[in-house]
Amino acid sequence: MGDTLALLSFGPDGWGDELAVGAWLTIRLALATLPFGLVLGLALALMRDSGRRALRIPSNVFTTVFRGLPELLTLLLVYYGGQMLLARIFGEVEVSAFIAGLVALGLVFAAYASEVFLGALRGVGRGQYEAGHALGLRPPAVFRLIILPQLIRLALPGLANLWLVLLKETSLVSVIALNDLLRETSVAVRATKEPFLFYFVACLIYLSMSAVSSVGIAGIERWSARGIRRT
Amino acid sequence: MTAELVERYGLRMLEGLLVTVELVVISVTLGALLALPVALARMSRSRLLRGVSFGYVHFFRGTPLLAQLFLVYYGSGQFRHFFESIGLWWLFRDAFFCAVFTFTLNTGAYQAEILRGALRSIPPGQREAAMALGLRGPVVLFKVLLPQALLIGLRPLGNEVILMIKGSAVASIVTVYDIMGVADLAFARSFDLSVYLWAAVLYIGMVETLSRLLNRAERWLSAHLFAATKA
Repeated sequence: MGDTLALLSFGPDGWGDELAVGAWLTIRLALATLPFGLVLGLALALMRDSGRRALRIPSNVFTTVFRGLPELLTLLLVYYGGQMLLARIFGEVEVSAFIAGLVALGLVFAAYASEVFLGALRGVGRGQYEAGHALGLRPPAVFRLIILPQLIRLALPGLANLWLVLLKETSLVSVIALNDLLRETSVAVRATKEPFLFYFVACLIYLSMSAVSSVGIAGIERWSARGIRRT
Repeated sequence: MTAELVERYGLRMLEGLLVTVELVVISVTLGALLALPVALARMSRSRLLRGVSFGYVHFFRGTPLLAQLFLVYYGSGQFRHFFESIGLWWLFRDAFFCAVFTFTLNTGAYQAEILRGALRSIPPGQREAAMALGLRGPVVLFKVLLPQALLIGLRPLGNEVILMIKGSAVASIVTVYDIMGVADLAFARSFDLSVYLWAAVLYIGMVETLSRLLNRAERWLSAHLFAATKA
């Protein structure tokens, strides 16, 4: 038991600080992916909801592809594909694994988020647009002032789920040599020959991230429903 | 170039497809067998059963599949003497078995929650009526409650199978030659990104086929419900 604590301690002999650094990268990657995925997801949903086929078809294809591909494959395609593409344009360049991870996870997040937003858009209802126009608001103002606040409330449970999925999927970037929590754990395992202990601790850290997120999500849900009367 | 690639890796890719299908079919089937008792334990009156099943479900739904796979594949090596003494070491030494074992526990947790949700959404009158007819517990469960629950849970269960198809790609990281594993191998030798595109086509083909079958199955199985509302 004392040995276990020493292995997990912070400092030169323990691996606690390495795990903490990895966990911090995991959190940063997930947080950085979120805005990209949300904006792209909302744009996709609006395209899929629009009357124009030129917008609808590509956005539907995008969604089908990135919901059907394994996240690991998307990640490798973005990482190696990006590298080859950039090499062809700029010559030899190093693609940052962090950016590749962000883009790949963001594309997948956006594909699923567009589904959530699409459902929420239908939930808001056409009447809300019409009422906005009747008040003399321009279309951008209708969207920002009337549709978006309701959209957020309706989409929040689905998006919260996607956030929890995203947190877990960040673990895949360990494959492209990004030092996230899982990769730092693997480094510790190789040095200490204690795979079960370290992978179990990593799992507990992921669990605690989800638990903290759930508390935060509950707070945001209360905020987004502030205009709704409870019965 | 491409013709040569097809000749060299085409057949292996199809073998990889078979391995992916095996991984998913075995894990999902065993997971389903596991899910029913777990779902019942989650709803049981015994605090012990509720506590254990809660811990199991939350651990496997709250942590990355890849971390779970590492925990089993590398972690089991730490208990080698124990597994040798009960004669199971040959199983845990095998990457394919470790992947099936991990995926079964993972999908079992997800399926249990789906099943629990579906069982809870059946009106209590169904159970009361069945008991009033003098049917015994297991008959009530298997002949009255489960058929209705499976219909409600069909779509989420189908989606879970799709997630498993995509998730199974992580098995390639522990040296299983599924579609992803063969693609990795071919890419490492040829540096031709198109092998990942073949893999992408195979995965999307599987996912799309399944989701279409699911739509059809849902329509077919719920035909009596629509007939009832029309009449």
